[in-house]
Amino acid sequence: MQAIQDKNGVKHFLITLNVNGDSYTKAVKANALLVNVLRNELDLTGTKKGCELGDCGSCTVLLDGKPVDSCMLLAVYADGRKITTIEGVAQNDKMDKLQESFAENAAVQCGYCTPGMVLSAKALLTINPHPTELDVREAIAGNLCRCTGYVNIVKAVLAAADEA
Amino acid sequence: MNLPDFDYYEPESMQETCKLLAHLGGRAKVISGGTDLMVKMKHALLSPEVLVSIKNLSQLTNIYYEKGKGVVIGASATHNDIVNSPLLQEKYRSICEAAHHMANNQIRNIATIGGNIVNAVPSADLPPILIALGASVKLVGCSGERRIPLEEFFTGPSKSVIAQDEILTEVIIPDQPATGSTYLKFGLRRSGALAVVGVAVAVTMDGDICKDARIALGAVAPVPFRAQKAEDLLKGKKITKELLEEIGKCAAAESNPISDIRGSAEYRRDMVRVFTKRTLSKAINEGHV
Repeated sequence: MQAIQDKNGVKHFLITLNVNGDSYTKAVKANALLVNVLRNELDLTGTKKGCELGDCGSCTVLLDGKPVDSCMLLAVYADGRKITTIEGVAQNDKMDKLQESFAENAAVQCGYCTPGMVLSAKALLTINPHPTELDVREAIAGNLCRCTGYVNIVKAVLAAADEA
Repeated sequence: MNLPDFDYYEPESMQETCKLLAHLGGRAKVISGGTDLMVKMKHALLSPEVLVSIKNLSQLTNIYYEKGKGVVIGASATHNDIVNSPLLQEKYRSICEAAHHMANNQIRNIATIGGNIVNAVPSADLPPILIALGASVKLVGCSGERRIPLEEFFTGPSKSVIAQDEILTEVIIPDQPATGSTYLKFGLRRSGALAVVGVAVAVTMDGDICKDARIALGAVAPVPFRAQKAEDLLKGKKITKELLEEIGKCAAAESNPISDIRGSAEYRRDMVRVFTKRTLSKAINEGHV
């Protein structure tokens, strides 16, 4: 990873992120958090900021296919890695079956937790296409929802799994 | 919630890392997954001028078995690497279970075993089971490497014997005759909660006689520790309900908990009694390590 200095002499690092299939090279300071680079530099505001301490999961993205809290990661940590945000879940303007299922099962109320929920669920179904209810609940345990009581979210994930 | 400015290095070798740490002294902190460090830096509890990332030391992520040495877990193995390791599932399922109870899935994908140990948080989930299994850790510094038993690593909350220029590189679990081991965590929620009490045991049974036992307690003293009086009470005895109750009481008496937001000292001590009994029963009855 190359270090460069800006005109004020502040050290930046050149990082390359593959986000939703597109490659971006950015100059970031060491203290830049991945969530801020995604939201502010790449305009991918589907990734939300909630507690910013790794408890709520609103900022969940997939790093090489695994759910992580992007508020807890330095952008330099993700250099060279593959990231999927909620904007990368739908393909060719067609919603993913999980997204369809969230809509059909009324699993969305205020919607703030939804991007993170969908990504945690997406990662689960990739490694475990036929999860039990307990599997689903464990997979989304790091995603807090203050509206739904989780019932419809769990139902939506199980329905999407059945359909596959 | 942004982070203050700091300088950042990603050394490519162990030697370079140790040299850099020796040179920077107290101004630097090592970062691996950073899930603990980020929270402390966001809350300004720690303000290192420099972070030294060990992410390029890729050999530290390996989990393998070496004859004569035992199972080796690289310091940068994440909690989910441990949960999903076929080797650990076969040889020490209890370590996988302990790793699985730490925080939540997102954090388990990033947080490492090295960080869980080096942060020296009294409620950490991995140290009790590793201590019960007699694990040791390898520390590498400028002047060489040393290996110490994990139970001698911790000196207080957030304090350990690690030197400024040292990094913890691996955890070694030696081959052992144990017939059962378990870690049970008592937290206020099933996910994303710190342990109020954590109890880990490793037992060697011969029929219904306990030949050897190690009981390690977490979150109920400044450091995770072995309840050795309780262990001594157990050795050579036939397991009965009454004996387990007595062992539980003994372990409770050996603990030295504090009162905090998660529970009073009195409550914690009583939970040590309950969970020591429960953990021992599970390790004895399930009969796998």
